[in-house]
Amino acid sequence: MSLSIDEVRHIARLARIELGEGEAQDTLDKLNNIFGLIEQMQAVDTSQVEPMSHPQDVAQRLRDDIVTESDRRDAYQRVAPQVEAGLYLVPKVIE
Amino acid sequence: MIEASLKDLAAALRAGTLSSVELTTLFLDRIDALNPSLNAFITVDRDGALTAARAADARLAAGTAGPLTGIPLAHKDVFCTEGVRTTCASRMLENFVSPYDAHVVSQLKAAGAVMLGKTNMDEYAMGSSNENSHFGAAKNPWDASRVPGGSSGGSAVAVAARLAPMATGTDTGGSVRQPAALTGVTGIKPTYGVVSRYGMIAYASSLDQGGAFGRSAEDCALLLSAMAGFDPRDSTSVERETEDYTRDLGKPLAGLRIGLPKEFFAEGMDDDVRAATEAALDQYRQLGATTVEVSLPNAKLAIPAYYVIAPAEASSNLSRFDGVRYGHRAPEYGDLADMYSKSRAQGFGAEVKRRILVGTYVLSHGYYDAYYLQAQKLRRLIAEDFIAAFKQCDVIAGPTSPTVAWPIGEKSDDPVQMYLQDIYTIAVNLAGLPGLSLPCGTGAGDLPVGLQLIGNYFDEARLLNVAHGFQLATDWHRRMPAVG
Repeated sequence: MSLSIDEVRHIARLARIELGEGEAQDTLDKLNNIFGLIEQMQAVDTSQVEPMSHPQDVAQRLRDDIVTESDRRDAYQRVAPQVEAGLYLVPKVIE
Repeated sequence: MIEASLKDLAAALRAGTLSSVELTTLFLDRIDALNPSLNAFITVDRDGALTAARAADARLAAGTAGPLTGIPLAHKDVFCTEGVRTTCASRMLENFVSPYDAHVVSQLKAAGAVMLGKTNMDEYAMGSSNENSHFGAAKNPWDASRVPGGSSGGSAVAVAARLAPMATGTDTGGSVRQPAALTGVTGIKPTYGVVSRYGMIAYASSLDQGGAFGRSAEDCALLLSAMAGFDPRDSTSVERETEDYTRDLGKPLAGLRIGLPKEFFAEGMDDDVRAATEAALDQYRQLGATTVEVSLPNAKLAIPAYYVIAPAEASSNLSRFDGVRYGHRAPEYGDLADMYSKSRAQGFGAEVKRRILVGTYVLSHGYYDAYYLQAQKLRRLIAEDFIAAFKQCDVIAGPTSPTVAWPIGEKSDDPVQMYLQDIYTIAVNLAGLPGLSLPCGTGAGDLPVGLQLIGNYFDEARLLNVAHGFQLATDWHRRMPAVG
């Protein structure tokens, strides 16, 4: 399989990574090499194999539904690029 | 003093012949002298280290010290440290100061270990050479024109060059074992779930595991004992009793059955690595171990499966870096989508972007079954191979890396060539097994070669025992590069 430059631009859009004009071709070439490696997977018949998502195949632990965290909003927002009155600021979304 | 084992350092600290402030100052001064050429540390915290050293000296005087109290340590810059910046070697987090400590960091603080600083790494732990760092490549102390391996390259260099007696790392596809091999130190990645991932910046969550670097298996056992343990804040932390990983160090190796995967000894390994590996196996036979051929027929699929699973999980994990709550935000942008795209384009390096793009593609509509699901099925086949092999042997041995350390720049423009360097380590992460690398000889240019030992689930104490037995009989782990 081989990706097209339009597919690379589409993936970059989905991933929210701006791709400069000069970068698209180099990215395409390198991704196609990587997918060349990945395609080796398709040689194996796995129709009878259960997927393994986690090394220990254990169920997720449940915990009591109680408050365990304290309010540390100020500490967390101190590292934010732009905050005001306890809110994270982003460009206007609704006109 | 820089050559002393952790046990000897602890004894000197307890006897009062050495204070933690003196020991910490010694290593801080070495870092000042040598880090400009080795680039092992991204951040050095002299004031914090000396404050912690004074507190450790008080504990030592009060008789409440543990085995690591007062001993300096370096953390890979993937572990969040409250009040000291955590960059993950990324421009994205260049100025990020975490509001909390990673579990591993708080465990080691509680143990009284003294953090010297944060070590260099491949950005977001994505890489095998430490060249993918926003702060520049770390240098191999055996030959500064060569890579130290990665992603935990800075931690490996710090221990190899005696800038720190011990260091933490993380291993998603070989990121502790491979740099340990390339720099001539000992490194262990425990069973998935043994070390909490809380506060360890996520790359591929089903594979990421914290690990330990030391100059010997004994030192690694002491450090791992302090790092490991159940943590309810990590949903995949395993609920097991806390272990003393030093408990089996002294066991004799007579009767040990070492499995040698025939696929690891086929073509692919350089001749110098093969010679050192074979010599190490001879040493084990002299110590009373027997070797048996085993087979891991699906191991060759580990790299392709890994480069689906890890990027898929990375694309999801790294979506949190959007320029809103923390990290880099582009100085100029239009609307919200433009702010995300520009912030991420500027904040991430080339390899991180590639892996996010691969992951985004394989998870996108219509491709999930062909890629992610297929990779997870191969993952089971790979794990089952190991389970079958462990019916015939106690540990598995082979090379850690197919080559010795290579020149900086040699593979940095060819991602696939770089990925193939992890051919012997990646299957272990997919299966979730513990693995260790110990120095076992030298190859071309007198560069270190590492022997990889792979254990069954939760068999860390045995791996450390098998490595320690070798280190009692040999002195490869005592060799030190000629720096400073």
